[in-house]
Amino acid sequence: MDKRSEMHRRERRRYVIGYGGSLLLTFAVFTIAYTYGIETKGVYLSIELLGLAQLIVQLIYFLHIDRRRSSREDLDLVLFSTLVLLIIILGTVWIMGNLAVRMHTYPM
Amino acid sequence: MTDTGFLGRLSWDSFPIAGLIQTPNANEIVANAAAAVVIVGVIAVVGLLTWFRLWGPLWRDWLTSADHKKIGIMYIVFAIVMLARGVLEGVVMRAQQAAGPGDGFLEAEHFAELFSTHGTIMVFFVAVPFVFGLANFLIPLMIGARDVAFPVMNQISLGLTVSAGMMLMVSLVVGNFSTGGWTAYPPYTGAAFNPGVGPDYWIWAIVVSGIGTTLTGINFAVTIYKLRAPGMKFMRLPMYCWTIISSSILIIFAMPPLGVAALMLAADRYLDFHFFTNDLGGNMMNYANLFWLFGHPEVYLLVLPAYGIYSEVFATFSAKRLYGYNSLVIATMCIAVLSFTVWLHHFFTMGQSALINAVFGIATMLIAIPTGVKVYDWMATLYRGRIRFSVPMLYGLAFLMLFVIGGLSGVVLANPTVDYQVHNTLFLVAHFHNVLLPGVLFGLLAGYNYWFPKAFGFRLNEYWGRITVLLWTVGFMLTFLPLYFVGLMGMPRRSFSWEDPSFHPYMIIAVVGALVILMALLSVVVQLWVSIRDRDKTRVPVGDPWDARTLEWSIPAPPPPYNFAIIPQVMDRDNFAAAKERGDAYPTPDAYEDITMPRNTAIGFMLCVLSGVWMFALVWWIWWLAALMTGLMLLSFILWTFRLNIEEVIPAEEVRKQHEAWLDLVHSSTAVDRDHETASENRGLARPDLEAVT
Amino acid sequence: MKRAPTHSYPGLNLGRRHASADKASEVVTFGFWVFLMSDLVYFGLMFAIYITMIDAQAGGPGPHELFDLTSIFAQTMILLTSSLTVGLAMLALKYNLPRWRIVFWFCVTLVLGLCFLVLEIRDFMSMAEKGGIPQRSGFLSAFYGLVPLHGLHVAAGCLWLVVLGIQLRMFGLTDLLMSRVVRLALFWHFLDLIWIGIITIVYFGGLAYG
Repeated sequence: MDKRSEMHRRERRRYVIGYGGSLLLTFAVFTIAYTYGIETKGVYLSIELLGLAQLIVQLIYFLHIDRRRSSREDLDLVLFSTLVLLIIILGTVWIMGNLAVRMHTYPM
Repeated sequence: MTDTGFLGRLSWDSFPIAGLIQTPNANEIVANAAAAVVIVGVIAVVGLLTWFRLWGPLWRDWLTSADHKKIGIMYIVFAIVMLARGVLEGVVMRAQQAAGPGDGFLEAEHFAELFSTHGTIMVFFVAVPFVFGLANFLIPLMIGARDVAFPVMNQISLGLTVSAGMMLMVSLVVGNFSTGGWTAYPPYTGAAFNPGVGPDYWIWAIVVSGIGTTLTGINFAVTIYKLRAPGMKFMRLPMYCWTIISSSILIIFAMPPLGVAALMLAADRYLDFHFFTNDLGGNMMNYANLFWLFGHPEVYLLVLPAYGIYSEVFATFSAKRLYGYNSLVIATMCIAVLSFTVWLHHFFTMGQSALINAVFGIATMLIAIPTGVKVYDWMATLYRGRIRFSVPMLYGLAFLMLFVIGGLSGVVLANPTVDYQVHNTLFLVAHFHNVLLPGVLFGLLAGYNYWFPKAFGFRLNEYWGRITVLLWTVGFMLTFLPLYFVGLMGMPRRSFSWEDPSFHPYMIIAVVGALVILMALLSVVVQLWVSIRDRDKTRVPVGDPWDARTLEWSIPAPPPPYNFAIIPQVMDRDNFAAAKERGDAYPTPDAYEDITMPRNTAIGFMLCVLSGVWMFALVWWIWWLAALMTGLMLLSFILWTFRLNIEEVIPAEEVRKQHEAWLDLVHSSTAVDRDHETASENRGLARPDLEAVT
Repeated sequence: MKRAPTHSYPGLNLGRRHASADKASEVVTFGFWVFLMSDLVYFGLMFAIYITMIDAQAGGPGPHELFDLTSIFAQTMILLTSSLTVGLAMLALKYNLPRWRIVFWFCVTLVLGLCFLVLEIRDFMSMAEKGGIPQRSGFLSAFYGLVPLHGLHVAAGCLWLVVLGIQLRMFGLTDLLMSRVVRLALFWHFLDLIWIGIITIVYFGGLAYG
């Protein structure tokens, strides 16, 4: 019985850590945006990186995706999906951006 | 979107008969004949079912069944019905072009409807359901499972696919279909240029069948991932399962772009959004990009399973182990991944920079490498094999020779500079028919001939099978090889009228070829008819008529509902062939267990009907009906989730009785060698051809 | 050898105590995860479309006139907290805490989900007042194609919560229902992941480049 409540505490802590981390990252994003203004050089890049960090925090602490052997299939699936997503999104942005430049729709 | 009455925009003029009464001409007669065929077909089916009192069995054994084998068979029946329509449309189109120079007998609009429905049907409602039908039937049998991972979802997928296909049939009788081709490019298909119902039929048929397809892809992927029999490691999977895995991956990641594109087009048409319009920041190039993000993986999703079928057929009918299994697996997975990186070659001429065209052109050519690996592996499988020229093998040989031509013309097209010359000509039409007919359709027909005895317990007629192969092959060559030439001469695709007299001879040859293809289709029907008539002479209850190699042949034909009385322990890649070599192909199990199977359920049929009415209501702007159907679909699904008792148990005693009866049959049958494969003494017990096994 | 906890599907596993429900969950949760990845591609494409259409404002109102970061911040907090509460409901289920604890966390999650939707709809309404309707420009079409799609998912999640709550009341904690709770939690976490993408790309990206 004792061991179970120990496990329970540990797993609850995991969720709380994930929540705290995400909270912190969200605060950071909004603070940066308010303090420096979103147009400032480098601000948007840092917002993107913080967003990425939060994705990873939630994947690990909420969705329990990690490098353990038993959850390798899930990790593989996430990684493969990311690969396909990157091909699709970057390809689309590349192609459509290039078309926009060549058709002089930039800058508006 | 305007305010409309009780029946939306549906009116008397929506029916083709109104057009015939107003302007009787050849064009209207063809349209009305097509509508009449649909109506007569429906009446005939309803009449026959009533006459033979088959409504009860149909409902109990088929429509509500969650058995993957029955769902697979229903998919294939649906595919063949749609194939008949697609082929007929092809013949009418060839006739129209052969009737030139000049305008032929159809109006431009009607011709445009024909090539739009022909493409949509052949891709989404023939190739896809046929591939899924075979895979549904085979995957659990090949991996040693009792059903797919989600039997009810499987039923729902079938329901959605069929109801979407029915929309294309309905469009013959009420209103008309899109004239925008199977790709439905806006802005032509947008509300500004095409306010009618045509593009809406296309959109909803694509969206609903797309959902069904995605669910099936998930189902197959999870089935192969999680339900393999003990010992069935990944590298022991039959090649066909590998191709279905990669096909499922393509479905899971490539169907969303199609859904997104079609739904965005719907938003443009129904809600006045500006995704693809000419004004207010819309950009139709986004559509081309999205559509081909789906479109290219789609062709591999169709052709890879056919490669899998050929792999099984070549191995079995050469009585050899498949050559280069590892390289085939790697090549399959390479094609699956590469196919996500080539979509731009469908719009080389859209205006992007030469660098982008070059990158995608090279990526496209790269696919020829794994495909070449496959072709050599198949040839090496044949090499020094003990080849039997049975029907599936004949399809395979026709494929090997013709597909290489199609593949090479693809490499030619992959060069952007050449593509600038031949894009939008009949050269392209010749190319993709050259990969889709010998590649996909021949493969599916080979699979149909190969696995038919497993599904129904008797073999298909060999004589008519050979005639069918001959007719398909000759018909294909006559129809499509001339199109390469007229394409190079500059004849645009999809033209209802042409003037250059030098095209004429080719058009005549092509229409003769189309008629031969029509005969091939009839010959498929005749073969089935003759086979059913003579079924008592060709029964193979033991289950292994071809001395085949994989698990599905180790069980009775037709298989019992639970497939395997005892889940097999897999020890080899060609497990059944290895067991036959060892001489313990038909072991007597020590004990039997209760088997849990999914219960029948009507949810798939319900969703089929409701989604059909829903699509119809949306197409005709009958808003109250669309809202009602949305509610009912949601409600019926939610209520279904309240049914917790979804499985039933087949007692061990019954399994034992059935299995022992079959084992007695095995032991009392005489084994036949390969020289008597097509004779009536072939009861499905094979005498392994020991010399040939290498 | 260290005894590794069994872990056969993404999300919180039910563990040894609910062994039969855990086993029943393995296949179906993996399938659900695959479905979510397919759904992810839907969202990914809408993101890509949004990126390519940021400039297609056609003289209409743009991100600076329309987006209200305070409301977005509130929505982010609400959704993030609901992700925690759905996790706590899962934990209550896993460790056999009293039934009211599960029901409590379910209710909190539902309320948070509904609050999120209310705020989001309020945002859309105030955007519409400023002329930010989807019919105005390609940019706004792309915005309304993406953000309400996420909202629709949240609404579906709320409906699912209600239905599952009723079923838990009617049938108790059967294996099938426990496995459904696992999937609901997964779905809810997934929606939070998409929301991170939305604030980063749609809102901040829109403000940075629009």
